[in-house]
Amino acid sequence: MSKVRVLVGTRKGAFILTSDGKRDKWDVSGPHFGGWEIYHMKGSPLDPDRIYASQTSGWFGQVLQCSTDGGKTWQQPGVPADQEPAPGPPVALPNKFVYDASAETGKPLTTHMWYDGTQHPWEFKRVWHLEPSLTDAKTVYAGVEDAAIFRSTDGGENWHELPGLRGHATGPNWQPGAGGMCLHTIILDPSNPDRMYIAISAAGAFRTDDGGKSWKPINKGLYSKYIPNPTAEVGHCVHHIAMHPAKPEVLFMQKHWDVMRSDDAGDNWTRVSGNLPTDFGFVIDVHAHEPETIYVVPIKSDSLHFPIDGKLQVYRSKTGGNEWEPLTKGLPQSDCYVNVLRDAMAVDRLDQCGVYFGTTGGQVYVSPNAGDSWSSIVHDLPAVLSVEVQTLP
Amino acid sequence: MTVPSTVAGRDRPRLIRVTLPYHLRNLAHIEGDVTLEIAGAVTIRSVLDALEARYPMLCGTIRDHDTLKRRPFLRFFACEEDLSLEPTDMPLPEAVASGKEPLLIIGAIAGG
Repeated sequence: MSKVRVLVGTRKGAFILTSDGKRDKWDVSGPHFGGWEIYHMKGSPLDPDRIYASQTSGWFGQVLQCSTDGGKTWQQPGVPADQEPAPGPPVALPNKFVYDASAETGKPLTTHMWYDGTQHPWEFKRVWHLEPSLTDAKTVYAGVEDAAIFRSTDGGENWHELPGLRGHATGPNWQPGAGGMCLHTIILDPSNPDRMYIAISAAGAFRTDDGGKSWKPINKGLYSKYIPNPTAEVGHCVHHIAMHPAKPEVLFMQKHWDVMRSDDAGDNWTRVSGNLPTDFGFVIDVHAHEPETIYVVPIKSDSLHFPIDGKLQVYRSKTGGNEWEPLTKGLPQSDCYVNVLRDAMAVDRLDQCGVYFGTTGGQVYVSPNAGDSWSSIVHDLPAVLSVEVQTLP
Repeated sequence: MTVPSTVAGRDRPRLIRVTLPYHLRNLAHIEGDVTLEIAGAVTIRSVLDALEARYPMLCGTIRDHDTLKRRPFLRFFACEEDLSLEPTDMPLPEAVASGKEPLLIIGAIAGG
């Protein structure tokens, strides 16, 4: 029988939840890296036991961890923990994320817009999202704050920026959202190895069709009433984007407000918020086997950031948007004031698709029946920052 | 001619001690103080160079990779003195250079 492994990043460490295909009994492992913020963990689709983790701290900065045994043991790539380093210059530069400002390959380290509208230098803060390659287990992408994308082709030992994104002509107009100017979404197109999508809060969505050399803003159709030009080319606070691998030209977006869809690889977007009680939220995801079935968690905004009326509700659309139904069975329907952050929802690929999400209250919920009913796997973890799930043989 | 011991001592590698905060000890898989051998002048820079060479997993966690500037929420103390704002090439107190007292790397008490 197949198994699932849920990778949970929290404010105070990482947790790994495992179950068989029934998804009713769970083993909990952790905390790994206790006391550190784990922004994101994700396994390689080619080698599921190879899991990358972003470990970060306001005091000690960014650390990159990798497990090659499914999360049982970890090490920093390029840094054997149990032996003296070899003499001579280091072969790896662990944890090093430095913007490429070289004349040969990089872009000048210019400025972006600060909260008050002034220009501000680009400063690396942390890795928000790790996206392992679909074609090479040792290649992995990192989305970072201040917004940029990095790539490692040696399992995380050395990282190099793809500077065409940060160096885009619109860069000086990018502005941080409340959570910082983070590149939080990376989507690789399974049908086209040169195409990928990223999203930045608050710059918007971008696409590359040449493997990351050059990037194009793909924000046509977005309307953001909180910026001077609501239909500007960049400046939109995109919270998350999701794609079904069988229909890679179709994208779904949860924006600061508005749920959007694109049927042409992001060139044009249309609003599909429909009958949602509020179209503010952070997460969005797609059913593993039904490319037009999507999930969001509406959140009351702008200043509250918790569920409406204290009722935690997932909304599902089976029509690719516009027509939504609340999913409440097993979820708290009173006195619930948690948030669900942008990378904290995932789906498994079992025949009966499982849906998972984590909350800032430390709960991780699972629905083994595509959202019809829910139960909590764990309910007292630190605030959950991210949830990923692996479907294992 | 007798060479003064203080001058001769500069040429001999010296064993100094460093006390790291809890999370960095965990990251480096060490318990207790770190003992490092320093050849030449014992300064914050030379101590951090030796520390990162011995424990490369700490690269970037105490000072920036490129600028080598101290991370904002860390401080350096020794002999009850805050040395955080001193030049990193300034010789550390003899009590640290001799190994009698550790160099303390402290995480600021901030946040939750």
